Amino acid sequence: MSAFGRFTHAVVRAVPRSLATEALRTGSVEELDLPRAQHEHELYVSVLKQRLGLEVLELPADEALPDCVFVEDAAVVCGDTALITRPGAASRRNETEAVKDALTKLGLKIVEMTDESATLDGGDVLFTGREFFVGLSKRTNQRGAEILADAFKDYAVSMVPVQGYLHLKSFCSMAGPDLIAIGSSDAAQKALKIMQQMSDHKYDKLTVPDDLAANCIYMNLPGKGDVLLHCTPEEFPESVKVFEKLKDHMLIPVSNQEKVKVDGALTCCSVLVCKNSV
Amino acid sequence: MTTEVGSETDVKKEPEKVPEVQHQTDPVQTDQPDKPADSDPQPVASVAQPEESRSVEPESPQEESSSPDPSSPPAIGGQKKEKGISRFLPPWLKRQKSQSQDQASESAESAEKPQSLKEEEEESEPKDQPDGAGAAPNTEKTEEVKEESRPEEVQLEENEKEEEKSVGSADTQPVREEKEAESEVKEREEEKKEEEQVIQQETSVLSPLRLNKKMKMVVCHVTLLDGTQFSCEVEKRAKGQYLFFQVCEQLNLVEKDYFGLSFKDNAEQRCWLDPTKEIKRQIRNSQWQFAFSVKFYPPDPSQLTEDITRYLLCLQLRQDIASGRLPCSFVTHALLGSYSLQAELGDYDPEEHRLDYISDFQFAPNQTKELEEKVVELHKSHRGMTPAQADAQFLENAKKLSMYGVDLHHAKDSEGVDIMLGVCANGLLIYKDRLRINRFAWPKILKISYKRSNFYIKIRPGEAEQFESTVGFKLPNHRAAKRVWKVCVEHHTFFRLMSPENPTKSKFLTLGSKFRYSGRTQAQTRQASSLIDRPAPYFQRTSSKRISRSLDGAPMVNVSDYSHAVDSALTAGAGENGPALELNSDSKSKLRVQGENIYVRHSNLMLEDLDKTQEDVLKHQASISELKRSFMEATPEPRPSQWDKRLTGSPATTLRLQAQGSTEVKPEVNGQPEVVEVVEETVVIEEVIKAKPKSSAPETPVTVETEVKEERSLSSDSESEEEEAEYHAQTPSASISVQQIEEEPEEEQEAGLIPQALPSVVESQPITEAEPADSAPSAEEEQATAQPEEEERTDKDDAPNGHAAEAPPPLRAVEEEPPVVNGSVSRVEAELLPQVICCSEPPVVKTEMVTISDTFAAQKTEISTKEVPIVHTETKTITYEAAQLDGNGDGEPGVLMTAQTITSESLCTTTTTHITKTLKGGLSETRIEKRIVITGDSDIDHDQALAQAIKEAKEQHPDMSVTRVVVHKETELAEDED
Repeated sequence: MSAFGRFTHAVVRAVPRSLATEALRTGSVEELDLPRAQHEHELYVSVLKQRLGLEVLELPADEALPDCVFVEDAAVVCGDTALITRPGAASRRNETEAVKDALTKLGLKIVEMTDESATLDGGDVLFTGREFFVGLSKRTNQRGAEILADAFKDYAVSMVPVQGYLHLKSFCSMAGPDLIAIGSSDAAQKALKIMQQMSDHKYDKLTVPDDLAANCIYMNLPGKGDVLLHCTPEEFPESVKVFEKLKDHMLIPVSNQEKVKVDGALTCCSVLVCKNSV
Repeated sequence: MTTEVGSETDVKKEPEKVPEVQHQTDPVQTDQPDKPADSDPQPVASVAQPEESRSVEPESPQEESSSPDPSSPPAIGGQKKEKGISRFLPPWLKRQKSQSQDQASESAESAEKPQSLKEEEEESEPKDQPDGAGAAPNTEKTEEVKEESRPEEVQLEENEKEEEKSVGSADTQPVREEKEAESEVKEREEEKKEEEQVIQQETSVLSPLRLNKKMKMVVCHVTLLDGTQFSCEVEKRAKGQYLFFQVCEQLNLVEKDYFGLSFKDNAEQRCWLDPTKEIKRQIRNSQWQFAFSVKFYPPDPSQLTEDITRYLLCLQLRQDIASGRLPCSFVTHALLGSYSLQAELGDYDPEEHRLDYISDFQFAPNQTKELEEKVVELHKSHRGMTPAQADAQFLENAKKLSMYGVDLHHAKDSEGVDIMLGVCANGLLIYKDRLRINRFAWPKILKISYKRSNFYIKIRPGEAEQFESTVGFKLPNHRAAKRVWKVCVEHHTFFRLMSPENPTKSKFLTLGSKFRYSGRTQAQTRQASSLIDRPAPYFQRTSSKRISRSLDGAPMVNVSDYSHAVDSALTAGAGENGPALELNSDSKSKLRVQGENIYVRHSNLMLEDLDKTQEDVLKHQASISELKRSFMEATPEPRPSQWDKRLTGSPATTLRLQAQGSTEVKPEVNGQPEVVEVVEETVVIEEVIKAKPKSSAPETPVTVETEVKEERSLSSDSESEEEEAEYHAQTPSASISVQQIEEEPEEEQEAGLIPQALPSVVESQPITEAEPADSAPSAEEEQATAQPEEEERTDKDDAPNGHAAEAPPPLRAVEEEPPVVNGSVSRVEAELLPQVICCSEPPVVKTEMVTISDTFAAQKTEISTKEVPIVHTETKTITYEAAQLDGNGDGEPGVLMTAQTITSESLCTTTTTHITKTLKGGLSETRIEKRIVITGDSDIDHDQALAQAIKEAKEQHPDMSVTRVVVHKETELAEDED
């Protein structure tokens, strides 16, 4: 129950060449520019490492796992516990191996999702600092959510149906303590309403015009205070204006133009860990 | 016991008893008179059944005896009672009851005697009474009616007394409390009598036995939070609060509103002991074994005033955690455990605290060596922390746990899927396995009810929805349903005041059911706590070692709070109960009064929230249905054992989530979201609604009966288990009974067109509503404060008047009564707010009224009306009507959109609001008709009350106007009854 957003480590994984051709896609058919995607990812990692001073574990890419760059789906870390997921897409199940090893190295208590009937993508898990919301999506089922609830007994785990998007966090994320960034679409607003209804806590919301822009990364780092990695003006100019209203945050635009083509969002590309929690 | 007393009582009893007897048992009467004489000598003969003994009647004898007693309270009570009763009953009757109550309390102290004796005595009394009562002209039926009605009335009076007492007396004073409790009990008993009456009548006992009754004492065993046992003797008929206060005194606990006593019923289910009811009735055949525990988990323990309160909360949470009821992660287990060690053992001492020192403690359901090591590691880091600080830290972490303060009950949704209902400070949580699948915050809940084994909540409609929906859950059995319902009612009441935003608007109070949380709300208890003015009490922290948990006194490891050490020294021998207690008592007594007032307000607050509705409105239905679908799709998995542990309730059989729109459950619900009701069973409101559109007659009387039974059972609450009667409850039936009740009052009004004086106030009101109001409000509030029992009274009284109905044109056709009575009431524009205010003067001895007032016995009511022609009553009805904007209303056929009737009651006023929405020629019209019935003795300033009522109505609906005021006054003509 340490301060929300406090992180010391990050686990990332390199972009495999197969990302361009074999990565799973839900909507976009736009061709992914691999070099640009790789460059984009390098920038992302450098922000975590250089700009924010996190200790970053960089896992090598695995060509057999085209989506492996999206490590978020492989594990849910909260406090001293890491739940290794069972991704909803069968092709991604093996991604968890490397992530688990990395998290083990970090000294986290590992909980594995062994139930064959359970599926859970980390992208469907929104941790607000007070509770979990788990999106019920094509990738995540109730059983997976139950196992999550078992792994993190301190927190309430509420179910949020996700429609029209890959993951719950495809249109929302935490932009600060008790501040939920949410997209403007009906689907997003609907999901927010459900979350509000399910929670005993009243969250503030930050509504951005673009759903995808609502996926941002909030951290609370010693010496830096509130930090927010969000989309770039090139991608979502209107949404960026909204983020810029967060005067107290250190705002860091990070491009995600290429990875978004394969449903990648900012949060997807890292697993953040706070080693000193508790 | 004492011959002298006994003799006195007997003598006195006979005359006094007479009236009561009449009330109690009709059929028995004939038999009873004979019996009493014979029975007196024969104690044995009175093998009286326990049930019978319960009946109120027994008390009456005691009352008589009490009169001689020095204690003033009885006398006071008697006076008051008289006033209240005077309306309907002869003065002596009133006295008897009051006296009996007081006496009973006193008597309790006296030596123990076999229950049978008491029972016998009680039984005998009623029988004896008949002699005197025998004079009563009424037929059996009428008598029944009277009985029911009377007890209630009496209760009202008694309540008033109680209130006064409470105000004056400190909580700490057990004696008074007992009295109060007893009186309450008696009231209850009276109610029950109705039920029991039928059964009774068989055995009669003599007066000598009565004495014995008083004496009976029972030893209660209470398991305290530290695992120790506390034993205390209580009078057999003592109410729950007596024992509770004894325990609190023992613990030196002042902030006791968060706590309660629980017991295991025959089915091993944990039940809360209702403080306002007799212990014996509640536990039934179970042992007198209780557990002192936290009932309302304060969301923010840091706001508790005293460390001792926090300490007790810690103990409760340690139990919760160790038992698995409060799940938490490894880290949290370790952290909480370490604070426990710090609080109980003080700083980690490497010499003293060797490896094993910790293994005796239980920090988690499944404690591992790893956990213990972690606990020790953390314990070391708490060096310098005082026990109080450690407790505070413990609580700060524990309160964040998602299941903190959540009372779980097994249930099934409408599709038979196992779910859990979690009642907590903020509302009702729905879990499927460990996942939260829905949540209904209190503000969103319009009504809570249960019927049979089903538990229902009516949800405020969302932004896009027009009608509220009802969600139903299936519980394992009726008792489980009732248990959840009660827990919900209590939590709602206790915590709902939390939001400071709620202003005190007076809206309709809906008191549909008898059971209410009668304690202080959290806001009140906080306020009370702020007034605590005593040195921090010294207390010892008992080790939470596993060993100690066992019933046999565990080895005590005591760590005294540093801060308290001084105090303790000062207090010296006084220890826990010293002067500090007195201080407490004082503050309490003051607080109490406030609390009651607040309580009233509270109910208002609920309503207010409703107003806010639109702001807060969530689209439950849509989301819920979605959730439901998604969940239903998923395959239910077996739930983990741990989760099961959390369940407080019995294993659920089935649970059902009914789709929000589900009309299936309650066809009756037409609803509008405006009023929050906390109701048991089907609420009157709903019924009324149903009835109006249809012809009232269609339903069978039988149904009515069933309803009556239900209500009774409700009133008895925990005491009366689920009697079959309750099970019988059926939706359709309810409507009927209500209608009947309502109708009668109207009849009265119609009948009496004698002009009488309702003071100028009335007249003026229609014109200037605000004027009179000023003075009145306070009074009303106080009245409103009335305890649940009072509510009951009012219900009965009010019920008759109960429904104000002025439905929009279309409705009118359907509605029979109100329109007629009022005569020309045409309401058109949406803005119009017609209000009918009825004011009936107290000294009415109208039998009819009485009967009417008896909500419970709808059937009886009818009968009584017919048969009790003897009473002479003068009735005046004055109607003030504002010019109607349009007379069209009546003629135009509109399309009825919704109709809603709301009934609320306070001590002496009953407000029935009927809201109808109709579509007329493309215009939607909302008509609100409010009927306010003010009932009371001459003590009550009716004018003032009326003025207040009008004022409130104005405030509530500033946009609307009062178009008509009807004053109906009934006065008893010179004759006394009998």
